[in-house]
Amino acid sequence: MTDSVQSQIDSVIKGNDIVLFMKGTPQMPQCGFSQRVSAILAAHEVPYVSINILLDPAVREGIKIYSDWPTIPQLYVKQEFIGGCDIVSEMHENGELADVLKPFVKAA
Amino acid sequence: MNPADIIRQVLQETFKPTHLDMIDESYKHAGHAGARDGGGHFIVSITAEAFTGLSRVQKHRLVNEATRHLFGEVIHALSIQAKGPNE
Repeated sequence: MTDSVQSQIDSVIKGNDIVLFMKGTPQMPQCGFSQRVSAILAAHEVPYVSINILLDPAVREGIKIYSDWPTIPQLYVKQEFIGGCDIVSEMHENGELADVLKPFVKAA
Repeated sequence: MNPADIIRQVLQETFKPTHLDMIDESYKHAGHAGARDGGGHFIVSITAEAFTGLSRVQKHRLVNEATRHLFGEVIHALSIQAKGPNE
């Protein structure tokens, strides 16, 4: 694992309000868990940056180390690690996610 | 021992849970792109004192930490519902 991957990941997370590390893309997710989280973000109508970790094995392993979290997807909001599919789904269902995402909802 | 029993044993020994349920959903995902690296898909529901008062991310981290050595070969995806006895 090179430091450059860690600093690459760090700068993406610091440079964007909402970042989703996922398998595939929002248009073509490659895993049901990634699909679910990207669909939830779409439902909240917030712009976000998605990183397809399948494109680069170094990023795929690097994000697990960066977050100390063994699975994908992983959601960051304002540099804070929110969680994976379980946590995002739960927060979506109980309304907490709406509060977290509210500042980033696209102006109508 | 099958994979679900391996995970169950690890969680049992680590957390001495008052409630522990494991569901093996691997059959639902066999063959999809993300599952090619081996391990299965499991859902764990666990209640133990260790989770009391922790945030969701902290709870998941505890379970992830306990099962870290199983990721890859045994576990591909682990869906976690963890709580303290009074939550």
